[in-house]
Amino acid sequence: MSTATKAPQVDPALQVRDPAETQRRIKMGGTLLLVAALIFYFWWSIDDELVYYLLTGERTRDTEPGELATHPVTLVCGVLVLAASAAAFLGLIRRGAVTLISMLIVGIAFLLCFVIWAYADLDVAFKPWITNPLPGTFAIATPLVLGALAGCLCERAGVINVAIEGQFLAGAFFASVVASLTYSAGAGLLGGIVAGVGISAMLALFSIRYLVNQVVLGVVLVVFAQGLTNFLLDQIPNEPKIKAYLNEPPKLDDIAIPGLSELPFIGEAMFNQTILVYLMYASVVIVTLIMFETRWGLRVRSVGEHPKAADTVGIKVRRIRWQAILFAGVFAGLGGAYYTVGSTGSFDKNASSGNGFIALAAVIMGRWHPLWATFAALFFGFMSSLRDQLTLVNKIPSELLTMTPYLATVIAVAGFVGRVRPPAADGEPYVKS
Amino acid sequence: MPDQGQSDEGGPPPSGSTVTKDKPAGGHRRADNKMAGWLPSVTVTFASIALALLVGAVLILVSDREVIESFSYFFSYPWDAFRSSASAIGESYKALVTGSVGSGGAITATLERAAPLICAGLAVTLAFRAGLFNIGAQGQLVLGAICAGYVGFHYDLPPVAHVVAALAAGLAGGALWGGLVGLLKARTGAHEVITTIMLNYVGAALLTYLLTKESFQQPGSDNPRSEKVAADATFPELLGVHSGILLALLAAVGVWWLLERSTVGFELRAVGANADAGRTAGMSVAKVYTLAMIVAGLLAGLAGAQQVLGHQDSLTANFGGSIGFDAITVALLGRATPLGTVLAGLLFGALSTGGLAMQASAASTPLALTQVLQALIVLFVAAPALVKAVFRFRESDDGGAVMAKGWNS
Repeated sequence: MSTATKAPQVDPALQVRDPAETQRRIKMGGTLLLVAALIFYFWWSIDDELVYYLLTGERTRDTEPGELATHPVTLVCGVLVLAASAAAFLGLIRRGAVTLISMLIVGIAFLLCFVIWAYADLDVAFKPWITNPLPGTFAIATPLVLGALAGCLCERAGVINVAIEGQFLAGAFFASVVASLTYSAGAGLLGGIVAGVGISAMLALFSIRYLVNQVVLGVVLVVFAQGLTNFLLDQIPNEPKIKAYLNEPPKLDDIAIPGLSELPFIGEAMFNQTILVYLMYASVVIVTLIMFETRWGLRVRSVGEHPKAADTVGIKVRRIRWQAILFAGVFAGLGGAYYTVGSTGSFDKNASSGNGFIALAAVIMGRWHPLWATFAALFFGFMSSLRDQLTLVNKIPSELLTMTPYLATVIAVAGFVGRVRPPAADGEPYVKS
Repeated sequence: MPDQGQSDEGGPPPSGSTVTKDKPAGGHRRADNKMAGWLPSVTVTFASIALALLVGAVLILVSDREVIESFSYFFSYPWDAFRSSASAIGESYKALVTGSVGSGGAITATLERAAPLICAGLAVTLAFRAGLFNIGAQGQLVLGAICAGYVGFHYDLPPVAHVVAALAAGLAGGALWGGLVGLLKARTGAHEVITTIMLNYVGAALLTYLLTKESFQQPGSDNPRSEKVAADATFPELLGVHSGILLALLAAVGVWWLLERSTVGFELRAVGANADAGRTAGMSVAKVYTLAMIVAGLLAGLAGAQQVLGHQDSLTANFGGSIGFDAITVALLGRATPLGTVLAGLLFGALSTGGLAMQASAASTPLALTQVLQALIVLFVAAPALVKAVFRFRESDDGGAVMAKGWNS
């Protein structure tokens, strides 16, 4: 086990004396033991010798699936997790990178066995194959990542953004309308950006100029955007001719990046996507670089942590906050555009169906850091994608499966993320005294 | 622009700043200094409603086909445009008022709509005062309704015991869902915003799952709809209104007592104002968080129980509508005080029943307008500086920075 060898040297006497450490060991070891027991249950209950998988390409009559021997794989995974559990009991898994890596291994092992179990022993003539969950992951996570980036930008500047859902809705609606009017999906993205920045401007105006409580404001802006988009949607007459001009946008085309899109496993999922997905990759890099490598980013973070100190050294607190919020609107608007021109086409009532709140959860889960928030959004996307896949298999009732990504998020937050610390001045309006 | 609708609402002329702030008699607390700036100045509230109705009037004009057509020949015959505008606005707002408080039936509908909003709003209010942002009223409400409904239709109990048992089950269900959030926050530090959002979805999925089970479905039916609760298990009616509204008012009084008069409430507010200071003073922050979320869940569970037990209803996948989310707006409009929450709940109840009437009226105003109105009212109430700037009020009131802090006390 790699985890055992990597563990740092610690004084054993010190550990025994610390009751909190003992408790932590028992908790972690016990949890892992439970996971191991589940995996061994899978190993014991599976009858099929083989399950089939296909990670790239479409399933046709001639495709040969990969084969996975159920019993050896589950057994190896089970032993691995059991070893991790023992290591946890012995205190070999300490905080830091070792914990992260071992938890990742345990998580992957468990999910693999769970998927094998779900696909094994199916009593149907046409056996389904395990498919690649990554394309679904990126499809679901793209708007979440963009929304989470917007959230990070606002909150790092000290303005709470609960209104990501509102920005999504406005972005989705106006992206659809603009794309329909111009018959260009690219122009639709611009429309989405303008709408996202518009909601951002309201957020900035009321939080910075009129000092409205930002949580109240966020909730209100969500309701406002819901009402406004529903209202405007009602105004579009149901005559096909007019509707075609207002709410039947062209969709973004998939663009395959030569070379990269032929990579196995990840190529199709990551590099044969719409321009919006590539914009999402770029946004993650841009926001991270700007926030941590530029002067403006330092200022944004300083007004979010200690506006008074920032003001003392001559930084215009309100101006920086305005800039950060408006800039955030660009990403949230793009994220909203995903729900119309990026995926389904025309705008329906509540098109983003609460995903803005999930983006908000990703911001907090990612500890207000753009990269971690991106990972949180991808984690949620992965879980949702897996859920969608398992729904087709029908071994577990789909109604119960629906809740798995949400439960997984709660478990991840409670188990691994734990207490988070927001930017110190998050939510506090700055009034010069 | 003529604006008949507003006079129907009976809003006071915005210039009248004679109305004084209503403060609860709570002289023995020093925290009152903070409260004073916090309580809604009644004038500003009414001015906000007027302002929101004004914006709503513009939206009504935009949505009315006849008005738009009359504006196309505005310069040759302007009177027509004015007349049609006035009639559209008048019709809509008249329908809003008569549909919400204009008749006995309308008042009943408003009260029954307001009752769960008030209860769920109190759930958000209470958590807010402890420094927790409870977005999970929806999930807690769903769990409460599941439990109350199950006891209501599955068991056969004597008349009074049945409704009490069903109600207790509903409260317990909500408390369980809320308490889980509090416990996770206290034990692991999991942020309540994340867990409540996620548990909302889990609750909704649980309900859809249960509705596919035979023990929940109506016998002989495959529809995702539960049996109706037994007649014994429904709330008794008083003057045509089911007694849910009474329970809601009782709950509001209870929350007021808890927050303002009890030791637990003092700890709750102290932790909400500054968790570190509370911890230094020897309070158990973990205990306060857990307790606050349990009671919040209890209140939301009450809202859910009312939804099923009020009118001998059956559970369906979306019986709760968006009460849990509207409750957040209600609580925030009520500035996280029990009295404010009750008033805001009544206002929102009236707006939503009136909104349906507006849709059915001659002007056929889209239902979404009510949503916009609700958002604008809360926005303006929360931004007194803006309202005062618009109406040029002279009084100085620093109610601007309402509960300035957000995430973690």
